Amino acid sequence: MADPNILSTAKPAFDVDRIRREFPVLSQTINGKPVVYLDNAATTQKPRRVSERVFRFDTEEYGTVRRGAYRLCERSTQLYEEARKKVAAFMGTPDSSEIIFTSGTTQSINLVAYSFGKRFIQPGDEVIISNIEHHANTVPWQVVCEDRKAVLKVIPVNDRGELILEEYDKLLSGKTRIVAVNHVSNALGTVNPVKEIVRKARAAGARVLIDGAQSTPHIKLDVKDLDCDFYTFSGHKMYGPSGIGGLYARKEMLEAMPPYVTGGDMIRQVTLEKTTYAPPPMKFEAGTPPISQVIGLGEAIDYLNEIGMDKIAEYEHSLLEYGTQLLENIEGLRIIGTAREKASILSFHLDAVHPHDVVTLLDQEGIAIRGGHHCAQPTMIRFNVPATARASVSFYNKYEELDLLADSIRKIIKMFS
Amino acid sequence: MSYNNELYQQVILDHNRKPRNFRKVEDATHSCHGVNPLCGDDIVVYLKVDDRNIIQDISFEGSGCAISKASSSLMTTHLKGKNIDEARVCFHEFQKMVLGEMDPDKQEHHLGKLSLFMGVREYPSRAKCATLAWHTLTGALDRKAEGISTE
Repeated sequence: MADPNILSTAKPAFDVDRIRREFPVLSQTINGKPVVYLDNAATTQKPRRVSERVFRFDTEEYGTVRRGAYRLCERSTQLYEEARKKVAAFMGTPDSSEIIFTSGTTQSINLVAYSFGKRFIQPGDEVIISNIEHHANTVPWQVVCEDRKAVLKVIPVNDRGELILEEYDKLLSGKTRIVAVNHVSNALGTVNPVKEIVRKARAAGARVLIDGAQSTPHIKLDVKDLDCDFYTFSGHKMYGPSGIGGLYARKEMLEAMPPYVTGGDMIRQVTLEKTTYAPPPMKFEAGTPPISQVIGLGEAIDYLNEIGMDKIAEYEHSLLEYGTQLLENIEGLRIIGTAREKASILSFHLDAVHPHDVVTLLDQEGIAIRGGHHCAQPTMIRFNVPATARASVSFYNKYEELDLLADSIRKIIKMFS
Repeated sequence: MSYNNELYQQVILDHNRKPRNFRKVEDATHSCHGVNPLCGDDIVVYLKVDDRNIIQDISFEGSGCAISKASSSLMTTHLKGKNIDEARVCFHEFQKMVLGEMDPDKQEHHLGKLSLFMGVREYPSRAKCATLAWHTLTGALDRKAEGISTE
């Protein structure tokens, strides 16, 4: 059972019951038990208003964007560009042409790896990533390095799962073209010191991409203050639709980089001899975009702004601290990733039970968590585990749900002993 | 979480805790390495088959979840003494059972105690855990030198 001393820990005021009423999925039952959704690092549930906004757009306002002079198209284009402005403001840039819509973080990183690589990475140059990246921020750089005959360098981590910055300093050199690291590790929850990472990279003359898939829903962003060149995010991890996400990129980079996908809408003029490209952001948005999803993303951002990212961060931090204390007290459980700065994620390994058995047995209690390598196999190798079980919290979670998680884990351990 | 869990039955928990034939057959005639890259399950199945195609000895080594370990363990106890053709029939029936295409309560089969794994059909994502040992066995019988992968 939960330790009463933990239960008395001071908690920030946050009306979670009111929040939960916005998420119909959370009031369902699975196997006759209330849904306890703790897989927010994989994808977040949607508040009713996001789905309703998309429905209203699809049924009353829908038209293509940037391709016609009739009313529905004008209105649709206006809403689409308003959503881009919302994203820009949310990320901290006053210039919405620095926001490119993509299908999500994976595509955003592939875009940068391909386009930046083609223009700026030469044989013998170096790219730096870290040991705790998602495969989406690993494989594109392996591919581009192989293609450009460049060298991939990796920042190691300590046993807590924190980047070893002294080693990073040693990797940086005049050969470093770009540093690509996550803001928050999806496998461990480590919050990386991205501002310091950017400052050091700039001093060495290198560009920086921050994979923000896990940070965007949890941390108030300011890309201009961070001074990074690229910042990526996924809509479905921040209460918006799936299939939409984006990329913040410094204007000068977007102007210098060649397009990634070519076709309609990204051109200025096409003749059979030569094509000139549209200015950013359109240069990087070939084809009809996922219009409805963009509208939904804009609504999700309005929703997050109304609650307030500072309040969200404060409450989620309190949930994470509470969950950490609960799990730390379970004998036979090891938390993987104990960085001093963490967000949302509780990855763990049980001595006696494989993560997939943990996940299946928790599912029988209505609790949804992830088990596996989390698309971060180099991280698993570093921590010498084949996989972990991972609970990840959102502001719609309750302390009581973490109590249930901890109690259920205890039962599983007992069952396997 | 009941102790009469349909998937995690006592026999399965017991074979997970104390897997049978968990060793290497030193004079194996067949062996194969099998992995499930999705969850990191990683096993080797060893067989000693005589000239009448009878499985004289069968064993496994490796690591994995309770379902894959218990399935490997029970497979070895079930197949020892059977011939290769019977083993292949069992694999076919076992696979159909965990995919929900064969009901051991209603249809004739040769699975004996292995029908315990019927509960897996409620968990499609776990079918690969239950069949890894069997795929690896087939890889050994077919002499797949490169090993097998469930993905």
